[in-house]
Amino acid sequence: MKHLFYIYCIGLFGFISYLQPPKTLKKSISDGKEIYQDFCVQCHLDNGKGVSGTFPPLAKSDYLQNNIEASIRGIKYGQRGKITVNGIDYNGIMSQQGLDDDEVADVMNFILNSWSNKAKEQISITQVAEVQKNEYAF
Amino acid sequence: MKKIRFLSLICYLFFISSCAQYHGPEIKNEQSPKYITETVVDGIDIPWGMAFISKDEILVTEKSGILYRVFKGEKTEVSGLPEVYVRGQGGLLDVATAPDFETSKLIFFTASSSDGESPGGNTALYSAELDADTLTNLKKLYKGNENSKKGQHWGSRIAFDNKGYIYFSIGDRGNREVNPQDITRDGGKIYRLNLDGSIPTDNPFYNEEASKKAIYSFGHRNPQGMLKHPQTGAIWVHEHGPRGGDEINIISAGKNYGWPKITYGINYSGTPITKDRDLLGLEQPFYYWIPSIAPSGMVFSTSENYPKWKNNLLVGSLKFEYLELLVIENNKVRERHKILEGIGRIRNVKQGPDGLIYIGVEGKGVLKIIPKPPTK
Repeated sequence: MKHLFYIYCIGLFGFISYLQPPKTLKKSISDGKEIYQDFCVQCHLDNGKGVSGTFPPLAKSDYLQNNIEASIRGIKYGQRGKITVNGIDYNGIMSQQGLDDDEVADVMNFILNSWSNKAKEQISITQVAEVQKNEYAF
Repeated sequence: MKKIRFLSLICYLFFISSCAQYHGPEIKNEQSPKYITETVVDGIDIPWGMAFISKDEILVTEKSGILYRVFKGEKTEVSGLPEVYVRGQGGLLDVATAPDFETSKLIFFTASSSDGESPGGNTALYSAELDADTLTNLKKLYKGNENSKKGQHWGSRIAFDNKGYIYFSIGDRGNREVNPQDITRDGGKIYRLNLDGSIPTDNPFYNEEASKKAIYSFGHRNPQGMLKHPQTGAIWVHEHGPRGGDEINIISAGKNYGWPKITYGINYSGTPITKDRDLLGLEQPFYYWIPSIAPSGMVFSTSENYPKWKNNLLVGSLKFEYLELLVIENNKVRERHKILEGIGRIRNVKQGPDGLIYIGVEGKGVLKIIPKPPTK
């Protein structure tokens, strides 16, 4: 009987890991916060406001809200060239940070849900995986 | 009466805070007419390291993992690099030629490497011979142990002293509570090796049990500037502080430079790291910056090309996007000047064989500073 119970447990564990339930938004945001503190905070700052004219803001950023895919691409592959954020032009470089797809999803969920930002939907790993490098942008 | 007491308190606080913050000369604005620059090579996003291989050829590292050989404004990719782990502040970092490069063709470079068992990476020092546009005889001389997925603080700069040793730095790898003060761990250290990668037996912790034998000094945060002083031969290092507290240190064997037990900086968030600025047995910096300039690269200008700069120190500022001149007299920083204000994030600064100053600027490439014609 004991053995049967163990087999049941192993089976259940296997089934759960097979399903791989996606991270909850809450967990993704808290993991994303760690990534943010590690890779992003030096330029975009704790308050997400960046430095006007040098490092674009993420807090209440129209660019971020309206360009989810381009934002994912920027984090995944690096960003260069002119972008306009809240009416101010930025023409700097954000180098590729070498983040894994799940880390990009987490940090996107963090910045989309911090400093009074509120996203409609959670960014998934699949969504990040599907974003390709835009060769023409370079 | 209450009002007066309040006012005097304000005055007192102001006095205290202004005292606490005075630690050296205020930086002066750029003098006019301003210096101008000329592009040596463009199209390098983050020109991290630079090393002259002849009077008109430079090796330049691009952080994303490309080594360029630059000749007359044209860049050629050099093949034969090891795999570079690009993550956060890590990537292909410094490059330097051996003191006998003319005959040996030997170069040294540092890069983030994911070699090893644990996930993530750490900083490694390599040597190789430069054969036209190819690296041969590649050797990994040292790699910091215990990989980390942290994006921060890989260092790294390379310098040689007059006694035949090579020095390089690894930053604290974003783990300040664990790495910098522990000599049995890598990270937050300046290392000293023989040029073949073997460890000198007279290294300060060579006989300490379980120590990392290559350590020369410890208690560093993230050193991204290193040179041999042209007159004294001492190894000078600067390092990024947190918010405030970037430092210049003159390195001595076995010394503890204090991070994070003492610092003149605070956390990025504004909270304190420690109340201590000075503790027994911990080295005080030669100079420290408040606010942080985010120093990267440094060189002494020794030529006659820029009369006011002669034998003074030039440091690149990533944060304020200028070159900083530190006028040094009697072993003290006496004056500070902004040069090339608004040029961009200066990643590196070197003096060429022609005595001109060359800077690596992010998003631009390598520029040289044109000396002013003599004033009448």
